[in-house]
Amino acid sequence: MNAPGNPPLIELQGLTKTYGTGDAAFQALKGIDLTIRAGEFVAIIGPSGSGKSTLMNVLGCLDTATTGTYRYQGIAVETLTTDQRSLLRRYALGFIFQGFNLLARTSSLENVELPLLYRGISRRERREKAVAALTSVGLPTKLGNTPGELSGGQQQRVAIARAIVTRPSTLFADEPTGNLDSVTTRDVMEILTRLNVDQGITVMLVTHEDGVAACARRTVLIRDGRVESDVSR
Amino acid sequence: MIWNAFSIALREIARNLLRAFLTVLGVFIGVAAIITMVTLGQGATLAVKAQISSLGSNLLTVRPGAGFGSRSSSAGVPHFTERDAEILGEQIAGIAAIAPVRTAALGTIYLSNARSSTVTGTTPAYFQINKWNLAEGRLFNEADLRTGNAVCVIGNTVRRELFGDDSPVGAKIRIGRASCEVIGLLAAKGQAGMGDQDDTIVMPLSALQRRLIGKTSSHDISQISISARDGTDSIALIAEITRILRQRRNLHSNQDNNFNVFDTRQIAETLGSTTQLMTMLLAAVAAVSLLVGGIGIMNIMLVSVTERTREIGIRLAIGAMAGEVLLQFLVEAVTLSCIGGLVGILLAFVLCAGLSRLIQVPFNFNTEINLVAFLFSAAVGVLFGYTPARRAARLNPIDALRHE
Repeated sequence: MNAPGNPPLIELQGLTKTYGTGDAAFQALKGIDLTIRAGEFVAIIGPSGSGKSTLMNVLGCLDTATTGTYRYQGIAVETLTTDQRSLLRRYALGFIFQGFNLLARTSSLENVELPLLYRGISRRERREKAVAALTSVGLPTKLGNTPGELSGGQQQRVAIARAIVTRPSTLFADEPTGNLDSVTTRDVMEILTRLNVDQGITVMLVTHEDGVAACARRTVLIRDGRVESDVSR
Repeated sequence: MIWNAFSIALREIARNLLRAFLTVLGVFIGVAAIITMVTLGQGATLAVKAQISSLGSNLLTVRPGAGFGSRSSSAGVPHFTERDAEILGEQIAGIAAIAPVRTAALGTIYLSNARSSTVTGTTPAYFQINKWNLAEGRLFNEADLRTGNAVCVIGNTVRRELFGDDSPVGAKIRIGRASCEVIGLLAAKGQAGMGDQDDTIVMPLSALQRRLIGKTSSHDISQISISARDGTDSIALIAEITRILRQRRNLHSNQDNNFNVFDTRQIAETLGSTTQLMTMLLAAVAAVSLLVGGIGIMNIMLVSVTERTREIGIRLAIGAMAGEVLLQFLVEAVTLSCIGGLVGILLAFVLCAGLSRLIQVPFNFNTEINLVAFLFSAAVGVLFGYTPARRAARLNPIDALRHE
């Protein structure tokens, strides 16, 4: 979905992130300015250590920036308390990780139900939504399986179901296909594209694979903690 | 939110049964050990006290020889005379009752059953002084004593050995060389510090002297049993007894006593404090097991901290607030600790009931120690379950997720 007319969803100004202090300090982000509109599908690419994952974590409120401003739907994220950032993640953001990050020894269904549990949704509705989400990622027959009983691609699809079951406005995916083979990579990218096109979910994707980045309509190249290029198709 | 945390916590427990079991085990062993040890120790103290009081309170025993237990020093020392006992009884106001005692080890036979028994010849006051109750028949009286009737009263052990479950009253048994009628059976007292009290045959002193062994000398009284009046100062009483006996035994002021006065209350206090010490030692051992249990819990928690930190990271990433995650961990820790504590109390109860019967001590449920053990181990469980979670929940979600 092209979204030139949509209002800005994410606005970054002079965003920096420094790890450590003193001589050991390492600046992963050196001033990022970026605006992303609702409904966009953005791929963030760049070499290893360029700071693209750090950027993703700050955008997803999993980590906090050192300086600079980050507005999400006009809200200044750096002014929020820890709990308010939790609520922002709970109600607006979804995550997909390279390492899946599913709860071990926990069935697909329960993993997907988890975010709904924190939203205080009733048992029956939880189950219905979780089954629907797992069905939409093509796993209607794996409800009772634990992560250990699923392949990497299946685990990532459970993780996607968990991320979208709350219908977030933005989906952050950090190397979602990094642990997958080419066939499952294509499956996962199809799902992400469909979510963006059919449901209008803003998708931000970190990847180092050109084929994966090609799914996005906008590609932001990060090098050495700065935006080097920003290309839309 | 609390209900939510509760249901999440219960799911987590059900999902990690091995971890839950090991945590529970730590609490459970500690609680069961400390409750069992302390309860049994207290039971033993009670048992000892009960047995001591069955010996007779305010009981003084006068024996020949320099000191209690030093048998060699009593060799060659003259015994007492019946007159010694009479004089003591007449001259000392603090004495409620006094009985001269002569004992002899003699073979006893009834039908085909034979055994060797300690036969005590004494006066009727003996029963009152030593707190003997009658189970059956009658005790011998002053008339029996005067006439020297061959009658006897037997203890429960002798009854069991000679008569089995039959009533001995009216039967004639052979003691030494004479036949003797059993007129009474004493109520059982059980074991005391000095052996089986029920293994006894008591008969009039005159009968023992005349019919069984013969009066060999006037100094044939091996022991004088005395019960003091209530409220009498036993130290003053002992001094008085000592003074009179020294006089009667013609001891010069530079000679040591060749007899000793022994106060039951002293052994009672000594034995009582010994068992109390034992209880404290047992409790100390049990406290160590409680500590080991606590360390076990700590180990389980520390080993699982990596997995749990990642779990916390996942929960935070999908929008849980730190407080919600902590509440979940708190509920988990409390639930496991309480289960461990309750099961521990239950096992301790069973163990105490069984063991107290086995070692024959009374079993009293001690609410205090149950409560203390439960609270302590619950605190350990909660502390070690909750503290690592608190650290993890303070991290940025991404740091918790990356925890190695």
